[in-house]
Amino acid sequence: MVYKLGMAVKKELLLQIRDVGGLIILFVMPLLLLITITVVQKGSFDSLTGAKIPVLLVDNDQDSISHAIQRELGSIGNFTLVNQIDGTPLIEEKAKQAVFKGDFQLAIVLPANMTSDLNKQVQQNVDRIMSEFSYAEEDSIVAENLTVVAKEIRLYFDPATQPSFKTAVKSSIDKLVATIETGRIYSKFQEQLSDGVDDAFEQKAFISFKEIGPEKEGEVIKPDAGQHNVPAWTLFAIFFIIVPLSINIVKEKSQGTMIRLITNPVPYYVFILGKTIGYLFISLIQFYLMLAVGVYLFPLMGIPAFEIDNNFLKLSVLAVFSGLAAIGTGIAVGTIATTQEQSAPFGATFVVILAAIGGVWVPVFIMPKVMQIISKISPMNWALNGFYDVLLRNGSWIDIMPEIILLFLFFGFTIAIAIIYDKKKRTI
Amino acid sequence: MDLQAIIHVENLSKQYKNSDFLAVDNLSLDIQKGEIFGLLGPNGAGKTTLISMLCGLIKPTSGHFSIDQKTYKENGLAIRESIGVVPQEYALYPTLTAHENLSYFGAMHGLEGKRLKELVNVSLEKMGLMRFANKQVGTFSGGMKRRVNLLAGVLHRPKVLFLDEPTVGVDVQSKNSIIDFLKALNGQGTTIVYTSHHLIEAQELCDRIAIIEGGKIIAQGTPAALIKSVVDARNLEDVFIAMTGRGLRDGI
Repeated sequence: MVYKLGMAVKKELLLQIRDVGGLIILFVMPLLLLITITVVQKGSFDSLTGAKIPVLLVDNDQDSISHAIQRELGSIGNFTLVNQIDGTPLIEEKAKQAVFKGDFQLAIVLPANMTSDLNKQVQQNVDRIMSEFSYAEEDSIVAENLTVVAKEIRLYFDPATQPSFKTAVKSSIDKLVATIETGRIYSKFQEQLSDGVDDAFEQKAFISFKEIGPEKEGEVIKPDAGQHNVPAWTLFAIFFIIVPLSINIVKEKSQGTMIRLITNPVPYYVFILGKTIGYLFISLIQFYLMLAVGVYLFPLMGIPAFEIDNNFLKLSVLAVFSGLAAIGTGIAVGTIATTQEQSAPFGATFVVILAAIGGVWVPVFIMPKVMQIISKISPMNWALNGFYDVLLRNGSWIDIMPEIILLFLFFGFTIAIAIIYDKKKRTI
Repeated sequence: MDLQAIIHVENLSKQYKNSDFLAVDNLSLDIQKGEIFGLLGPNGAGKTTLISMLCGLIKPTSGHFSIDQKTYKENGLAIRESIGVVPQEYALYPTLTAHENLSYFGAMHGLEGKRLKELVNVSLEKMGLMRFANKQVGTFSGGMKRRVNLLAGVLHRPKVLFLDEPTVGVDVQSKNSIIDFLKALNGQGTTIVYTSHHLIEAQELCDRIAIIEGGKIIAQGTPAALIKSVVDARNLEDVFIAMTGRGLRDGI
């Protein structure tokens, strides 16, 4: 039986090696996909770590607050402020046109007299409060009668800008403005109460936050495009094996070789094991190729190298069980489908659906509640979580064991479907 | 039951799902050990359905049969070890070479190692295919594919060989090569059950013939006896026309 199994595996490998189109689908396309997606997404991860987005700034205030805003925006690290286009200073209309044409993602327009009017407004409020406690100076009472029009900072976004980017920018500017306003209020009180003593109030934020991530050997693990994309798209590639595998089985039925296999004295499990081992070998080659690209090619392209550390064995075991889940699905689809026209589009669409609900494209936590529940039954989600456990959460063998068990159960489930369907469909 | 019968079929019927008629209708038949038995009939007569049941590809609706005193229910594996199947399709992997195809199917029948290699080489030599042994089957002509297709079913020297239209679409040279090979195989003791639309070929090759129509055997005997049974018949084709008529018989 071992010899039969060996020959079955050899046959599967020979069929794959000689199918150039299939090899391109299995090896070249996933590599291209991984490189393309990682390069494309590099920007969004870089915004956390250094790369800057050019932002138009129209400064109609030209005073201390606008200078403070510019200074703060510059120090956030995400933006490079642009004050002129083609050598001419920016005006609101020109900035608006440039953004709406898509040349820039964002323009910030600071209103005229923002500093002076804010000062007046704060002065009035402080005076009013101080007068309540009979601390007001006589000359400041005059300001109480002035009407100060509220100012607005205008933001122009490229219509094609991602909503998440808009939300992040609005939140940053909102926080910045609030900080500056609070600072002004503190300063005014300080002037009133302490007769010019600078540090009567501690203006530094009392409550702050600190992001604490998992650590490995004393260093915080920092996610980057590679750490996210290599496992995600490697899984996508591994699961894409469903397409050629299901086509392979349908072909065996249509070209008559299945008739020989059924009439041969070979148990059905040899047929399934032959395919499983053959395709598992292929999926592991895929996996190691993708890892090699992440480790060796990414640095040459200016992308942080994919870091395996001492997790090679854990990652390999996860890849084996992910491959089994994909192979089981491919065998089930191939067994049930009667034509290649059924198996190929179904297989491809099914992989895309598994990837979508599995969190390969969109993180599961931002999905609607229903989809979050559905994602829990996607083998790609189990596998992806397993990879993230190892790579980003410093997970141990015990941490990834639930995912490994689920993937293996899924393999068993799909193979059971194939066997039951096959038995029902044919023979004595 | 004939004690010499290697295949014993009793009241066998098959009705396909969503079909109103029986593809095989209460058919009984004994095929003797060592004979070449021809199953002839118009399209849709039930020949392929009968062979498919005997090969274990589909389940009968009723009735039973045994091959070499064994039934699939009791000992399917033993039956599969003793039979060879040559389907009408080129049941081969087109991107594998002739040698790889035969080695694979031979291995599935339990052959291995040096013996497998020798059998593959000898068989390819006999069929005049040795110099194409390492070429992919997809590049072969129809006649060459037919010959490899036949070899893949007989490499393990089966007791019973089922052949479905083994010479369809081949030139005279390939056909003669196949027929000679089958006669030699039969001479070594293999029982052959054969379907064909080539009636003259069947007349020359078969020891006995059954003509099937509407899922039933309407005539059975040696070719000579069948020809004698029809007035003015000169050959099996005359017998066939006389028994099944001249109307078109396309069937599904």
